[in-house]
Amino acid sequence: MTRSPTLVRRTHWVIRLTHWINVVAIVVMAGSGLRIFNAYPAFARPGESFPLNPWEGHAIPASLTFGRWLGGARHWHFAMMWLLVANALLYLGFLFLHGEWRDVVPRRGDARDALQMIRFYLFVRKDHPHQGKHNALQKSAYFAMPILGAIIVLSGLAIWKPITLGVLTALFGGYKWARFVHFVAMTLLLLLALVHVFMVFAVDPYSLRSMVTGWYDEARSPEARNARPFYHLVAPAKGPAAKGPVR
Amino acid sequence: MSMDRRRFLGITAATMSGTLLAACNKNPRSAARLLALAERSNESVERAIFRHDTMDRVPASARVAGKDFPKYFVSDTMPIWDPAVRGVWRLEVSGAVRRPLSLTLDDLMKLPRVTQKVDHFCVEGWNARATWSGVRMSDLARVAEPTADAQYVDFAGFDQDYHESWDMESAMHPLTLVAYGMDGRLLGAPHGAPARVHSPVKLGYKNTKYLTRIVFMPARNGGYWSDQGYEWYGGT
Repeated sequence: MTRSPTLVRRTHWVIRLTHWINVVAIVVMAGSGLRIFNAYPAFARPGESFPLNPWEGHAIPASLTFGRWLGGARHWHFAMMWLLVANALLYLGFLFLHGEWRDVVPRRGDARDALQMIRFYLFVRKDHPHQGKHNALQKSAYFAMPILGAIIVLSGLAIWKPITLGVLTALFGGYKWARFVHFVAMTLLLLLALVHVFMVFAVDPYSLRSMVTGWYDEARSPEARNARPFYHLVAPAKGPAAKGPVR
Repeated sequence: MSMDRRRFLGITAATMSGTLLAACNKNPRSAARLLALAERSNESVERAIFRHDTMDRVPASARVAGKDFPKYFVSDTMPIWDPAVRGVWRLEVSGAVRRPLSLTLDDLMKLPRVTQKVDHFCVEGWNARATWSGVRMSDLARVAEPTADAQYVDFAGFDQDYHESWDMESAMHPLTLVAYGMDGRLLGAPHGAPARVHSPVKLGYKNTKYLTRIVFMPARNGGYWSDQGYEWYGGT
């Protein structure tokens, strides 16, 4: 198989490994967390109310949970948390040491670029804005994810050890609020992950290859295809890349 | 390209079905072993970071749960100590101690009394506040004088054969009480009368209600819920 000249090595193996470990760890953590939540699906203390949650007292459908029962879900949650944290530290350490934090940390002009991406997706703008490895919307999502992850880990520690780590629990406003923050941050992270998966299949399925093998065909990038969700999803089979993006 | 895609699909399918299988079936034996290993490692981490000077931060103005404090027991009906049937209630302190004790409620009330407004953390996820009055376990231990063998403490009661064993450090935390009062009154039957263990340093299920026996031991002794798969340590 001859290699297309537009094929580039894009995703480092550390990124690929930590990405897929994350998929497993987050699915298990979220599923078992929801099972734990279902044992008392409310944020109010007994006899009190909690107006911030309109679904107070309503359990999550069991099919979305993991671990079968409260004790089982707790065992999975408190085991998988170590994999999640170790994996996150490996990812963040690599990002820092390898300079790849530049791919996700926002810089000046990203807000303007994000606005242009939204205009493009809404058909206000005709041509795909010029981008580097990720577009500005992607960058903000990938930047927000580890921040949400850190909030989830810290609020999780605050719930796990409200006496031994009571200082941390107090920082969140106490046990009840730490539990709420843990839940809300998890929900936001899952929403971002869902949008992320949707966009992979609707805009750039070719990026799946780079997240598995590391190789990416720049002739098929969303910018080269002028791709919106479900528009220009399939790249032309042949022909030179009209405008391969510059990395 | 198609090779890559096929290989990718294969890997994805394997990963996803593995996760789904784990979700649908009983834990495979290897997973159960890993989870047990994680529980043991977590316990050593938890015991390593445990401190006797970390306190519960319930504000003095905080509302107590009062009548909304959940009432629970494992018997079919609420356990009530009937002196006509069972005789005078006594708390026996025994095992690896130099001075075994047998205390009536009056004896218990003559020991130094502590009153504290603290949290009760249930394994289910709720927390409820109450003002508990009673004797510190550490004060009781001072009277009973545990020997060097005493590494664990078992708390047993008359709610069927309910008991839970603790590590010595958690039992000796200043917030750990043998409580006989709640919110300024004698403890009521729904909350474990005549006396119960209460401490915010352990989850609710470790806090044995309807207490009758405290046994200092060289080894742990499991517990009612711990034996059914909840973590034995259950620390907060």
